[in-house]
Amino acid sequence: MSTVVLLAVTGLGLGALYFLVASGLSLIYGLMGVLNFAHGSFLTLGAFAGFELTRRLGGDSWPAFVASLVLGAAVGAVAAALTELLLIRRLYERHIEQVLVTVGLSLATVALFEGIWGSDPSYVTAPAWLGETTQLLGARIPNDRFVLIGAAALVLLGIVAFLRFTRFGLIIRAGVENRAMVTALGIDVRRAFTVVFAIGGTAAGLGGVLASHYFGYVSPHLGGSLLIFAFIVTVIGGLGSLAGAAIASVAVGVLQQFANFYWGVGDLVVVLLLAGVLLLRPAGILGKKKVQA
Amino acid sequence: MTAPVLVVDGLSARIAGQQVVEEVSFEVAATGVTALLGRNGVGKTSTIRALLGLIERAGRVELAGERIDQLPTHRIVQRGVGYVPEDREVFAGLTVAENLRLAERGADATGRDLVAELFPELVQRAGQSAGSLSGGQQQMVSIARALVNRNVVLLIDEPTKGLAPLIVQDVAAALARAAATVPILLVEQNLQVVRQLADTVVVLESGRVVHRGPAAGLLDDDALTTRLLGVHTERETEDGR
Amino acid sequence: MSAPATRIRRLTGAAWFPFALMVVFAGVAAVLPLLAIDIPGVLPGPSYLPGTLQLLALCLVFSALALSYHLLFGTAGMLSFGHALYFAVGAYGVGILLQRTELPLAAAIATTVALATVVALALGAVSLRVAGISFAMVTLAFAQAGSVLVRRNAWITGGEEGLRLDTDNVPDFLVGVLNTRNVYWLALAVLVLVFLVVIWFERSRAGHVAVATRENETRVRVLGIRPFTIKLMTFVIASALAALSGTIYFVLQSGTTPRATSADLTLSLLVIVVLGGVGARWGAIVGAFAYTLLDQRLTALASSDAVAALPDVLRIPLSEPLFLLGTLFILVVLFLPGGIAGTVRRAATGRRTSRDARERLEEAER
Repeated sequence: MSTVVLLAVTGLGLGALYFLVASGLSLIYGLMGVLNFAHGSFLTLGAFAGFELTRRLGGDSWPAFVASLVLGAAVGAVAAALTELLLIRRLYERHIEQVLVTVGLSLATVALFEGIWGSDPSYVTAPAWLGETTQLLGARIPNDRFVLIGAAALVLLGIVAFLRFTRFGLIIRAGVENRAMVTALGIDVRRAFTVVFAIGGTAAGLGGVLASHYFGYVSPHLGGSLLIFAFIVTVIGGLGSLAGAAIASVAVGVLQQFANFYWGVGDLVVVLLLAGVLLLRPAGILGKKKVQA
Repeated sequence: MTAPVLVVDGLSARIAGQQVVEEVSFEVAATGVTALLGRNGVGKTSTIRALLGLIERAGRVELAGERIDQLPTHRIVQRGVGYVPEDREVFAGLTVAENLRLAERGADATGRDLVAELFPELVQRAGQSAGSLSGGQQQMVSIARALVNRNVVLLIDEPTKGLAPLIVQDVAAALARAAATVPILLVEQNLQVVRQLADTVVVLESGRVVHRGPAAGLLDDDALTTRLLGVHTERETEDGR
Repeated sequence: MSAPATRIRRLTGAAWFPFALMVVFAGVAAVLPLLAIDIPGVLPGPSYLPGTLQLLALCLVFSALALSYHLLFGTAGMLSFGHALYFAVGAYGVGILLQRTELPLAAAIATTVALATVVALALGAVSLRVAGISFAMVTLAFAQAGSVLVRRNAWITGGEEGLRLDTDNVPDFLVGVLNTRNVYWLALAVLVLVFLVVIWFERSRAGHVAVATRENETRVRVLGIRPFTIKLMTFVIASALAALSGTIYFVLQSGTTPRATSADLTLSLLVIVVLGGVGARWGAIVGAFAYTLLDQRLTALASSDAVAALPDVLRIPLSEPLFLLGTLFILVVLFLPGGIAGTVRRAATGRRTSRDARERLEEAER
């Protein structure tokens, strides 16, 4: 029983991490039709920013930890917004080329991270409490899982509130449905593009700092390895659906933990799940068939 | 007579590399309704979408004396072009109120009272998602999105398509109200509605203008109508899409 | 348009022209090992040295691989992020067969390609349930699963250590540094074969349908042809050719590492095809040479003393070949949409082709 609880909570934590990456991917794809290959780099950059900050301030203090989260999120947001403004926007409406540019960016940035921080793991320090465990239904759960799950829940709530209660949110929701019609109402939808990139970058940057605590280290390939699972999550959840991404993140994270523990094949089970979903529901759990003229 | 509000000169348009509008030239009068007619698939919808820059286009388009053919869609609309697309294109996941709020263009949004008066149903259903409305109600949302602003011209594409006869009359009445204050370019299959609303007609064939003139002159001439539009004035065939 | 430009277009448009070009290319490439051609800065040494031939043979192998990717992406408009999987099936397949069975090399290669065909048929059928960006993501996921399988099952794949070539059943003339030129000729022969298959497919009825599907899937459907069948066929052929390239890669490198299975390889492939010019057969070959040589030269540059002496701001970017290649790639996408082939064609014919390349890219999306 305690093993099941431990696996479930850890899986939920992993799912939370996937969601922090997948939420941005899904929003960006939904609104702009762009698959952002550089999203993993936003995450890695956020993680390294957090790492550098805690290294300087002393990683075991709570203020340093919180500051590293804020810095990671901010760095992710700025990197993402700049990517949109400088690279993506120049290729407006040319989706394949936009994808190619993000591919180039991810290659270049990962190499640059290796140049700066080396390809070996950089180990992070955290407040002692994060490394301790808490008893829950007989299982000893590492505390960082709770922080992860809480952060992902807050991000989900924050994005939902933003989408529901702000004008940009309104434009984004409408744009995901029918971008051409939004412009035909006199709205410059490109400004919303920068906003979704920044939101996605914020979540990814935050996810980077949290991932570095989940795994215990940062490496230049941290983002890339999470990105692939985030891609799977967005396809399973339905491209462009935030709720779908949330559900699929949890499903994939938990399934992966259980499959890893009992059979040692977590990654493969996830790919099988993807194949199964594609065979039964090619558009994903909550995806709609994209209607485009 | 005052200068036309919209002057279209040699407008061509392409979709996925295929020419769908070829060197079309016509004008939209400063008052009243100009109807853009023609058989199915001659490029009426494409002409409107090209005017708005929603599809790749070339040629000269002047709105109130200023060129708009190089502008992106949102800038054209901001200059006072209201658009009611074919198939309504309401945002199904947004509420009625959100659909209208999205359409409001700041200081231009002077038409809220008019919308409330024309479509009281929408006020009642403000909190309902637009996707759950009937076709007629969705059309009202789509028209309301254009009427909520003060416009220089309205581009209205098949507003009565697929609607029940009773609703068609409501829509036509609303458009007549709007036409009293703003010129309209109207694409419409239902010739009774055209007869009711239009002052001038422009007829397209294979992406080209083949007839221009007063509405009555065309609609009263049965032979000409049949030749140009392939339908009889009395009963027109319903679009099968 | 000027008269010479017209003449060039008429010439390059002739049906026999690609074959003539290939004959010239293959002829020149075939005699290189017998000559002492040295291009300082591009090649590491004179062309008869095994080291140089090894690098050139790698260019040939990547050309063949890039051609197979061209078939998938350029011709049929299918953006796959998992093409490396089939290359890896080729490399690991032949390696494992040579190690575990008594099959001679030729039979091992044939068996491996057949195996890759079966894998491509199964995975392609699933991946093609979706199109466009989803297809890209799904193929990436499958390739990643392949990569995990290779890394996890060290008992047969060698895991992170990689797999060595077992030379017991490999003909003697392909073994050893001194025989590099024989392997080089083998790679050249395979490239010619792949080139012929690609041309044959593109000119077949199926190939025309594949192009038509890329341009307008609905219209093809209206004609009563199932785009799915044609897409699957293209996918399987491209995968089999990639596997064939993989087998030669394995022989050439005397082994392989898990890097052959990684997403990085597919991305490099994408860089090669876009650098060369999407939709251009010769672009794929030129791109493969440019990329492979550049990668090699940049790696040499990275470890040079001159770079080591630079301040950090310059030293770090310059010591990372992938950073420079990634940046170059971004610049090509932004400013040279037709890649090298598009630029050459534009210069030769005075005609703007960047627009064609752009439309091709957009079609790939649908």
